[in-house]
Amino acid sequence: MSCGSTGGAGCRSGGCGGSGGRTEGDLSRRAFLRDSAAMTVTTLAAGVTLHVFGAEPATARAPDEKVTAKVRWGLLIDVSRCADGCDQCVVACQQENGWRDTGHPETDAQWIRKLTVKNPRNGASFSLPMMCQHCAEPPCVDVCPTGASFKRADGIVLVDKHICIGCRYCMMACPYNARSFIHEPLEDQRPHAPRGKGTVESCTLCVHRVDEGRVPACVEACNDSAGGAMLFGDLNDPASEISRRVASYRTTRIRSDLGTDPGVHYRNI
Amino acid sequence: MAKVAYQKLEDHGSAYWGLLALNAIVLLAGLGAAWVMEHRGHIVTGMTNRIVWGTPHVFAVFLIVAASGALNIASISSVFGRSEYKPYARLSGLLAIALLIGGLAVLVLDLGRPDRLIVAMTTYNFKSIFAWNIFLYVGFLAIVAAYLFVMMDRRASRMSHIGSAVGGLAFAWRLILTTGTGSIFGWLVAREAYGAAIMAPLFIAASLLYGLAFTVLALAGLEQEKRRDLLSDEMTGKFRGLLAIFILAVLHLTAVHHLTNLYASERHGVERFLLLAGGSYTVAFWVGQILVGSMVPLAILALPRLGRSRTALIVASALCLAGGLAQMYVIIIGGQAFPLNLFPGMEVMSSFQDGQVAAYRASLPEVLLGLSGLSLAVLVAGIAVKLLPFLPRPTQ
Repeated sequence: MSCGSTGGAGCRSGGCGGSGGRTEGDLSRRAFLRDSAAMTVTTLAAGVTLHVFGAEPATARAPDEKVTAKVRWGLLIDVSRCADGCDQCVVACQQENGWRDTGHPETDAQWIRKLTVKNPRNGASFSLPMMCQHCAEPPCVDVCPTGASFKRADGIVLVDKHICIGCRYCMMACPYNARSFIHEPLEDQRPHAPRGKGTVESCTLCVHRVDEGRVPACVEACNDSAGGAMLFGDLNDPASEISRRVASYRTTRIRSDLGTDPGVHYRNI
Repeated sequence: MAKVAYQKLEDHGSAYWGLLALNAIVLLAGLGAAWVMEHRGHIVTGMTNRIVWGTPHVFAVFLIVAASGALNIASISSVFGRSEYKPYARLSGLLAIALLIGGLAVLVLDLGRPDRLIVAMTTYNFKSIFAWNIFLYVGFLAIVAAYLFVMMDRRASRMSHIGSAVGGLAFAWRLILTTGTGSIFGWLVAREAYGAAIMAPLFIAASLLYGLAFTVLALAGLEQEKRRDLLSDEMTGKFRGLLAIFILAVLHLTAVHHLTNLYASERHGVERFLLLAGGSYTVAFWVGQILVGSMVPLAILALPRLGRSRTALIVASALCLAGGLAQMYVIIIGGQAFPLNLFPGMEVMSSFQDGQVAAYRASLPEVLLGLSGLSLAVLVAGIAVKLLPFLPRPTQ
């Protein structure tokens, strides 16, 4: 089967969100055969889908290769597989991007956080990761006075740390509280994730990994050592695993009523 | 009307120097606070990733809103042709500039990267109302400066059509500016306390109120120095009427805003928070804005005899400004404290205080920074009136 563009490691563990390893039985044999066919197609179509099940990336973007709007990266998160109390995605993001918990959650950066959502009427609850939703119509980009908040052609919403003046208007505008302001001097920064006191930052969808043909660290960790709830891929490619799942299942996008067209889809909410 | 003569502030007492010295000290303290914030980061403030705009923004927006309103008197004189306001037109323009400089200084010094001000001035995203506001602020300073020049230059002041044109432009610009300031909040669609078109007219009404109140206090202060009749009985009466109308305008728009929210079930939560259960925000709203900032001044101004006195006008103006600060506190900080509604109807918990009211306690550095904006405005206006003829010369 195709793993869309989820990480090889995650797929090896059978937790990439594909039919292998799933217990729900919601994919029929017919769907499995269709997936297998799609895998064959997508592995032959260089640049369309990055990963083969259990293999290294098929293509990575060359440094001088222009980012294209033909691709729209996104996530599909199966909430039924996201265990309450599990924070593997958060830990992986911290390690990958160099932010950490200093015991002051109100001022610490939180690129990704776990939410517990409970229905007050019956007590039923679920857990999910919340991060930048990489909206197609991002309010943070609209309001940024200098254009430091921007959306890449492939849908990844980023902050240009060179022209962020630290006004925090993007944080006022973000419907998801997904952005953090750096309140203190920083140490031990990762070369691929530059950060700076006095500027705003948020989930980059591990853009440095994506450009190398890899999946975001949270997705890899979830599939490696947690419930395999996260699927990364190209929402514009109808043959990708994520697109087919989004087309097949009832998924939810948080605050979709705002018309921001988030790139993060949730399932089983 | 007879030609108005103007003069510098010359025969002042030592209290003038005392006022300047006091404000210079507060300004230095504010600059020191900004230096600490710049070097140690915003960790020294009470601001967090949930309350991203704090006390400095309360002062900054308050001063910026007041700045556009301070131009009222000049506008009434040149745009609406009320010659009795003309003697105060220069001072009105000066206060507008001074208050805007004070507000902008706080806003800039609170930036995470104030050293990148040049970036903010040269790199624009024109879809951002914030970027538009940068143009509006700078344009306002330039237009009011031109307006003052036209009023004060011997030759230009003789050409009344130029004065009317520049005055008209300044009036239009100040309305657009305050519309822009209100829209900074009005266009935040995801936050239930904001996201309403009424924020623009509400801010315009607030600007009229704060601006007039500052003007009255400035005249009262200068009168104390000059020991002359800057606030005549006639003008006290006019200012009294205007102040009451502006208080009622702010009250009306505030009521409409809250009533509209109360009509929509989805906004009951935020209204309950702000009006009933918001702790300091609820107190600031009812006691600060409504009681101290509106009802008491209205009652004072309505008193049969005492209400017509200068003392009543001055006290009412001071209370209106206190209420204005409370109003900005509730709008800016209270509006952020109420949690975003990520999952309507559900309870949400996280390490980010999702679903909970965000805690906020102002720290000394940010209070000093905020106060220093006010002090900067006082210093700019106080020094300017001594250097240039902004004050009307009493008719003997």
